[in-house]
Amino acid sequence: MTTTLPISLTVNGHHHELEVDPRVTLLDLLREQLELTGTKKGCDRGQCGACTVLVDGKRINSCLALAVSHDGAEVLTIEGVAHGEELHPVQAAFIAHDGFQCGFCTPGQIMSTIGLIAEGQAGADPERIREGLSGNICRCAAYSGIVEAVLEAQQQLARTDRRTAA
Amino acid sequence: MRDFDYVRPATISEALVAAAEPGSAYLAGGTNLLDLMKGGVTSPERIVDITRLPELNRIETLDDGGLRIGALVRNADLAHDPAFAKAYPAVAEALLSGASAQLRNAATAGGNLLQRTRCSYFYDTASACNRREPGSGCSALGGENRLHAILGWSDACIATHPSDFCVPLVALDAVVEIEGKQGRRHVTLEEFHRLPGDTPQRETVLEPGELIVAIRLPAEAASFAAHARYLKMRERTSYAFAVVSAAAALTVRDGKIRAARLALGGVAAKPWRARAAEAVLLGADADEAAFVRAADAALADASPPGDNAFKIELARRIVVRTLMSALAGTPALMPALPASPFSSLPGVRHDA
Repeated sequence: MTTTLPISLTVNGHHHELEVDPRVTLLDLLREQLELTGTKKGCDRGQCGACTVLVDGKRINSCLALAVSHDGAEVLTIEGVAHGEELHPVQAAFIAHDGFQCGFCTPGQIMSTIGLIAEGQAGADPERIREGLSGNICRCAAYSGIVEAVLEAQQQLARTDRRTAA
Repeated sequence: MRDFDYVRPATISEALVAAAEPGSAYLAGGTNLLDLMKGGVTSPERIVDITRLPELNRIETLDDGGLRIGALVRNADLAHDPAFAKAYPAVAEALLSGASAQLRNAATAGGNLLQRTRCSYFYDTASACNRREPGSGCSALGGENRLHAILGWSDACIATHPSDFCVPLVALDAVVEIEGKQGRRHVTLEEFHRLPGDTPQRETVLEPGELIVAIRLPAEAASFAAHARYLKMRERTSYAFAVVSAAAALTVRDGKIRAARLALGGVAAKPWRARAAEAVLLGADADEAAFVRAADAALADASPPGDNAFKIELARRIVVRTLMSALAGTPALMPALPASPFSSLPGVRHDA
């Protein structure tokens, strides 16, 4: 007999008190219980990256995370990255550079890119960007557009940072 | 996924009590365990979530100059810790050559040691597998086995251990710190994983309910920092397990090898310390001829259980290549493609 457990989560800035079955992954919680279906279920086994979200600022595969284990966490999904009608610089750059075709992997690609830029390990080296995003598979193979989008978004965010710091 | 009880202890002693119940499994990063549970490969009755044990989250320098890595330190945090990467560059390179950035953000140091084999017959619950179900047989023998073990295998199991992290660790004499009901004990990583023999289901020396709390590196491990590399041959350049990998660490003075460490990955059910090769290298001239002799010594006992004889020659070449790379010196900057044999010059694109 399954019992549910109480947890609290902050998702895209909104606080939630929830009752969850311990078997529920963070991915299923987001999609089924909170109706945030922007985060996609691809392989459901940590191989494709479509389910990538940021948890406490770090990108992870939400399909390999038990929701109960992330009690108290701050989660950022694709629904939470834009400011109202103003797209996040990574979103805008993916559109500008055709960083997708069918779009199914795109929320994961964008969340992974936001994580990659925050980690600060890739710089402007396309090889390091490709390696840093190797956990996100695009079956339409929009990879060259994705790398261009990452490079531009990174420059855009650096300019914004400089303005903010000034 | 089968139903399970979930408990989240706040202390190590509470965790040990909770996990003493039969059918318990510890949950940390969950990147391997949840995958196995979804596939029905393992079905714990009780999950003991150890992610809130704060004392397991630290990287500490010990009084004797050694290093203590808490079991819950995430792979990415360890690899990107500047002091760690500087002192143990081959370990950082191995970590960054494994899995994906998302998985490295979740997976833990302790969990890496306990990850299960990636043998497809182990994952396929319709296949015979002595490791998953003792006595059921081994579908890999006589099956698709070109990626399987060439050292230390038995007729009961020819699976390999998939870890990259463990390969330089075993070369550098890492020690596993284990907490159990009887208290704390230390086991060398070399002794930690077991070869399959007749009991492939017993993968490590851990007793039921025991918990890895830390991994230690002795002070000497940092003395190889200038000449330490990890190389990993994969079927694709990124986000793949090793077909064969090697970690090499050298101390060279006046053209002679004064100290040498060598271990292989992807070749056996455990990270494979190549002590016979180290003996060949010690005192030898630091050149390719010595590395070839060392590679021959490392693979002297290798044999193919099936269609994987190519891995023996591949392993010899990877050993020579890794030793050459170590001799050339640790790159100042982590290569863009960590551990890739196709990225010999740091900063130069492999497809340029």
